Amino acid sequence: MHELSIAMSILDMAEEEAGRRSAEVDAIHVKLGVLSGVVKEALLSAYDLAREETPLMDARLLIEEVPVLIFCPRCQAPRSVPSIQQLCCKDCETPASEVLQGRELLVVALELRS
Amino acid sequence: MNSPLPLTSPRIIEIRKNILKQNDEIAHALRSRFEEAEVFVVNLVSSPGSGKTAFLECTLTRLRSKFHVAALVGDLATENDANRLARAQVPVRQIITGTVCHLEAAMIENALTDWDLAGLDFLFIENVGNLVCPASYDLGENLRAVLMSVTEGEDKPLKYPTIVNSADVAIVTKTDLADAVEFDWPTAVKNIQAVRPGLEILRVSSKSGTGMDDWLRFITSRRRDVVEHLVCPP
Repeated sequence: MHELSIAMSILDMAEEEAGRRSAEVDAIHVKLGVLSGVVKEALLSAYDLAREETPLMDARLLIEEVPVLIFCPRCQAPRSVPSIQQLCCKDCETPASEVLQGRELLVVALELRS
Repeated sequence: MNSPLPLTSPRIIEIRKNILKQNDEIAHALRSRFEEAEVFVVNLVSSPGSGKTAFLECTLTRLRSKFHVAALVGDLATENDANRLARAQVPVRQIITGTVCHLEAAMIENALTDWDLAGLDFLFIENVGNLVCPASYDLGENLRAVLMSVTEGEDKPLKYPTIVNSADVAIVTKTDLADAVEFDWPTAVKNIQAVRPGLEILRVSSKSGTGMDDWLRFITSRRRDVVEHLVCPP
């Protein structure tokens, strides 16, 4: 359960950015890769705990899950995968080890109110 | 006349910041430090009870006649692992993480205070027994080895694809027990390759020593690649 420390990092980042702009945070937009090692539901509940009694207690957390994209060596193009248990091209089933997308753990945007 | 925007209007600002930025920055600094000292760093990850400590003890004992080796051992509460590893007669430091279920780069940085890395060839980091959380934390290592014992079953890679996908080598341990538990090697290999195509797989028994030579050859050759690359960059 490292989601709590991830949630606290998200709050720290948002607070710092908002403080610099003397604004309040309405919402935090996060991109979460399905291979990031962080589980969406666990992060949401950890976030609910972490924001209590902080200046960001009213800020919503909006998570966009990012699916895995690999580079298919056969198609020579980015492709999606059948599942994270099967890292191969969804079209031609060639195994692929080059992960182009799906490891993201990013705060992408903040909705602020002055 | 233009009316000013209301002060309370919401606005969106884009920031695009890595949530683990702080950890990654420390890991980056550690990696430079390791590189400068020409020490090859291995991060061992596995579930609890997969035989990390026995494997590490075996590794340290065999390497110490030819190389300067040391280990950092992460554990939630006890110093048992460090005490066990002290038998290998190499420098070992324990990191007690308390309730934290993984090692972070800052913990490595703290544990290495006053440690002369330049005198080392290999540093092993035994992560906390956990196949989930350690996947997200870069420790500045050169090599991440994921261990799975035959007693855990063949489907472990499918249950924990993220950590296997983040690994540089998979090590199947306790192979002396494979027959007793009717371990299905082809299925295990297929499962590892499904979540991380092309991942090298080594088979070892710390008890009998079978496979240890392959592992030692593997890491010494990896270390040579890194050190030679530093001496004469392409």
